[in-house]
Amino acid sequence: MQHDHEPAMPAAGAAPVLEARGLQKRFGAVVAAADIDVAVPAGARLSLIGANGAGKTTFVNMVTGYLKPDAGRIVLAGRDITALGPRRITRLGVCRSFQIPQLCEPMSPLDNLLVAVGAGRGGVAAPGGLQGLARFFQPARSGPAVAAAEEMLARFDLGAYADQPVNELPGGVRKLIDIAMALVRRPRVLLLDEPTSGVSTDEKFPLMDRVMAALDREEVAVLFVEHDMDIVTRYSDRVLAFYAGEIIADDRPDEVLSDPAVQKYVTGTAAAAPAPAAAVAGEPDGEGADAESR
Amino acid sequence: MRRAALMALLSALVAAVLLLGIGLVLPAWLLFTMTKAAAYGLVALGIVTLMRGGLVSFGQGLIYCLGAYASGLLASRTGITDIFVLLGIGALAGILAAGIVAPLIARYRGIFFAMLTLALSMVLYGVLAKLTFIGGSDGFNVPEPTYLGHAPDLAQADYALYAVAVLLSVIAAALSRLHFDSMAGLIALAVRENELRVEYLGASVFQVTVRNFVIAGALGGLGGTLNGFALGHIDPFFSYWTTSGEFVFIAILAGHASVGAVFLAALATELVRSFANQYFPESWQLFLGAFLLLVMLFLPNGIGSLWARLGRRRRAPAEGGGE
Repeated sequence: MQHDHEPAMPAAGAAPVLEARGLQKRFGAVVAAADIDVAVPAGARLSLIGANGAGKTTFVNMVTGYLKPDAGRIVLAGRDITALGPRRITRLGVCRSFQIPQLCEPMSPLDNLLVAVGAGRGGVAAPGGLQGLARFFQPARSGPAVAAAEEMLARFDLGAYADQPVNELPGGVRKLIDIAMALVRRPRVLLLDEPTSGVSTDEKFPLMDRVMAALDREEVAVLFVEHDMDIVTRYSDRVLAFYAGEIIADDRPDEVLSDPAVQKYVTGTAAAAPAPAAAVAGEPDGEGADAESR
Repeated sequence: MRRAALMALLSALVAAVLLLGIGLVLPAWLLFTMTKAAAYGLVALGIVTLMRGGLVSFGQGLIYCLGAYASGLLASRTGITDIFVLLGIGALAGILAAGIVAPLIARYRGIFFAMLTLALSMVLYGVLAKLTFIGGSDGFNVPEPTYLGHAPDLAQADYALYAVAVLLSVIAAALSRLHFDSMAGLIALAVRENELRVEYLGASVFQVTVRNFVIAGALGGLGGTLNGFALGHIDPFFSYWTTSGEFVFIAILAGHASVGAVFLAALATELVRSFANQYFPESWQLFLGAFLLLVMLFLPNGIGSLWARLGRRRRAPAEGGGE
């Protein structure tokens, strides 16, 4: 098998697939994570909302291992991953997509997906001797790898593009390839960083419909970082609202979006609510900028 | 696809038989030129391996020189002259040197990587030039190699070494083709295009770079040994920066689409050099430069892109790469 973990199979009432307990992270005087507790069950469709600098990206970076929390634990399927490196965490089943699609440019979608399958094998050193050598020299476009890649392309309805250079493909298709690359690894947790940013308004729902259809058969827990409240309402079953490093609401979308605090600090839909002094002062802008642009 | 792998092995076999046959009727000077081209091609193939991962080494002379010195010293000091043992020692020296250097430089990219390798090769050049007990800047002569206990007479010696060079090149080319088409080869290409994504997918860019550098080390050590025994003389100039520059020249000329092109580019360079050197001894570099310029203008991806492109058009668009 090319994956070193079994897909998460949740039994009813099983332990959460991803759990964060008491996560804290400071950048100098800026509190990017105050004391975050989250439990994400398998199969969840979870949105993370909040203004820039509220702590969404810090949370994502801690879960993927690129930032180490100052305090607290992160548990993936019962295993403490707080101290593990990013590549190890990826191989254990936390994959992400990017706000700006991160593809290997002149290569084809099929090759991009093959890279995603192959990179997850975690080095090619596995079996030694002749068998290992034969496996090392096995063509990339062969065996279960190519089957997995083609299946994933078909699932996103991208089969027609399989052999075109990705740099010649439209933005929406590139977004889908980017997500397919994360999903082909059969992660337990999939982080989607603004899946509809950079996509035109009339394209965003069809795009999300395709993403959700592709995810439909998966038990993967999906976490969207999203600014578009239409998307949040329509496609998630639960919303976490971040403000100044804290989760100020964690509930169904309609509950969270009608929460006065969320309307005041996150969505800005509260009637005639001037931004409070705390909101301005607590805006940590040192963190988000570079990390979020990735 | 299995068929592609089979094609690589088959074309290697055909190339070997053809080249060994042609060698029987070629004049001695051309045999010598082709042996040298094979040696240069092996080293350049290592650079092509690195290029596919997004890096260029401007100091492959370091590895090449260490391979030549290790096998050359063994032959001249201990009397072990079997070419296969010597090649093994040369490759081992290359692998060891690359294995030590790679972790130190694998975190660097682009011009920094190129300059670091260049600096290391020039350090070796300086050190070897001072070590008078192994010839200093004059270097030393190496004995004629033997072949599994058989010492060919002078008339056959050129062909014997040529035959070894052909076999070595064909095996290296076939294995490189398989490597380039393997998952490891594909991930190396991905590293060149988007390191960030490859890391986020769970593969180590550092590991890919080290592996490619060590493969280039083995090829460099083999090339150094082969050329050392073809010339019969080894000196610190093997590690000089212009030597490294020639390897890069060949690699760029060839491009990374085809492994056969690397050896063709090496042969073309050697031929242009020998002829231009003979007829225009003062300005032969001009010809070499003009030659490279023409290739870069009309075939920016190297001469290998010529038939890789044709091959892609002929076959279904599904298969990449060429022979």
